[in-house]
This record gives sequence, structure tokens and C-alpha cells, in this order.
Amino acid sequence: MVGLVIVSHSAKIAEGVRDLAAQMAGDEAKIIPAGGLENGEIGTDAVRIMEAIQKADSGDGVVVMADMGSSILSTKTAMAMLPDEMKGKVKIADAPIVEGSMGAAVCASGNAGLSEVISAAEEAKDMKKLQ
Amino acid sequence: MGSSCFTGAMEAVSSAVIKNKDLLTDLDRVIGDADHGINMSRGFEAVMKKLESTQPQDLQSGLKTVAMTLISTVGGASGPLYGTAFLRCSKAAEGASTVTAELAEKMFRAAIDGIESLGKASKGDKTMIDALEPAYAAFSEKMKQGGSLLECMESACGAANKGVEYTKTIPAKKGRASYLGERSIGHQDPGATSSAIILKALTDYCRTAGKE
Repeated sequence: MVGLVIVSHSAKIAEGVRDLAAQMAGDEAKIIPAGGLENGEIGTDAVRIMEAIQKADSGDGVVVMADMGSSILSTKTAMAMLPDEMKGKVKIADAPIVEGSMGAAVCASGNAGLSEVISAAEEAKDMKKLQ
Repeated sequence: MGSSCFTGAMEAVSSAVIKNKDLLTDLDRVIGDADHGINMSRGFEAVMKKLESTQPQDLQSGLKTVAMTLISTVGGASGPLYGTAFLRCSKAAEGASTVTAELAEKMFRAAIDGIESLGKASKGDKTMIDALEPAYAAFSEKMKQGGSLLECMESACGAANKGVEYTKTIPAKKGRASYLGERSIGHQDPGATSSAIILKALTDYCRTAGKE
């Protein structure tokens, strides 16, 4: 199953998004939060993100959902530090973190492949909230 | 520059960054999110602590320790950017025990390439690149003229400071400051400023240590 990593400047946001997505996708989904710094402060930590990616991977790859700014740079740095055999199967979704994570988690729990999970996350960009 | 010199140089950089915490944060308050000084100083305090507890075996491993510490403790965009810069320096320093002008030039180029490939910034975007690229060009030029490591560093510092001044004249195209567009003109870039501070600290260390 494709794993998900939730990257935010805030540990609470990352954990909250994980909780919300897990509620929809079920217990089997591998969703690992990687928010904030080790001491609880606001920020992003590429080492934490790298460890979360390794934890989320069960062989089918990992999709990273990130908020903005240094979340993206830290995720790219984390990806560059991964062992070579993992490098090609970790992707950042270009999608809003909350809505995108819901779509990605549901899709991943249906045993979809990496590119399908990315598409499910990115569809959230066009989601209308008011019809 | 051996491994004890390496620790000395990193202490010099760390204390310069920590001393300028308020300046960097104030610059970032005007055109960013007011955390550059706080983030950088948290990162370099962690570097100092790490180097106290683990004496690096060689230049390559010491630089890697600095890189990993910055990557995991700075918290903002400057963490992965400076962390990647030190990581590239570490790779460039493989097998080396002394920093010559030639090695410094190689590490400098590798560091800038790392920052550019991660941050996708180029000259004129009002970022640290506007201090670092002219500094590298000046270093390289002085080296071609047969300058010592210290002379090359001094040239680089002068060019970095001019680069910082130049950032006052242009609008930001990257990071949080880019939301301000034209309104960012007139203010110097905090990232370019921290790059110039780091280069100056290394140059001052080089001068007092008398290592050329």
C-alpha cells in the first residue's frame, strides 16, 4: 500500500490531518505525521521527514503532503538523503494539505498505485466548496 | 586547516550568526515572517553544542555534522538551504585534511550549486544567491591572480557586501518576501545578509588563525 507522510510547520496540524485522513481511510492506511521541530517549536525538520518517509514505505512508495515554504524545501532535502533504492518512489503532491490528504488516503487504502494516489491528492486543487 | 581549526572556524561562524540574531530577525520582519535570526541562531547554537560533544574526525565528517544539525534544527527555509550547502561542501572535501584556496573554491562552488538546485533561485531574485554568486566570482578571480586563501576570502567578502547592498534595489521573487513584490524594494534581503555574515566570520577566522 502507498504510504502517506504529512508535513507541516505545526506538529498539531500534521497529527490532526493524519487523524482525519485515517478516520476515512481505515486503520490499515500508513499515514505518518512529520510536523514541527523536535522540541515542539514551529518549523520543519528534514531528518524527521526522512524518517517518516522510511516508516511510511511498505515497498509501494510514499506520497508526501506538505503545507508551504520550508515544508517543500525540507521535504526535497529529506528526499535527497533517502537511500538510492527509495529515491524514485517518493513524490510530493502539488495539492492542499487537508483536502489533498483525504483524497490520497482514501485512494491509497484501495491499493491504488503511486501515480493514482498523487492524482487523487491533486484533484483536491479543483474541489469546489460552494456550488 | 585541520579538524581543530575546523571546529574553531565553525565556532566563529556560529557566534557571528548568534550575535546578529536581532539584526536578521528585524530585516526579516520588514519583508518576511520575522524568524530568520531566531531560526539561524537556534541552528548554530545546536551546531556549537554538537561540536562540543563530538569532535569531528576529519573535515568531511565535520561538515556533514554541521549540515545535518542545520537541516534538523533551523526550522525555516534557511535550514535545508544552508544544510544542503554544508552537505555539498562535505562531499567536495572528501579525503582532504587542509583547506587550500583550491579546495575552498571547489567547496564554495558546490555549496552554491546545492542552494540553487534546491531553492531554484538565480541572481536578481533577492536571495542569498545575490551575495554568494558575486562572492564566488570575486574569490575565483583573486585565485587566478595567485591570491592566498585569505586574500581570496577578503575579495569574496567585499563582493558579498556589495551583493547585499544590491538586494535593496530589487524586488523579491522568492520566498515570503515575493508576496510584497515592488514593496520589498529599499530593504536588504535577510538571507543575503546572513550569507555575508557567515563569509565575514570565516574570513576573520582565517586572518586570526594565520592559516593560508
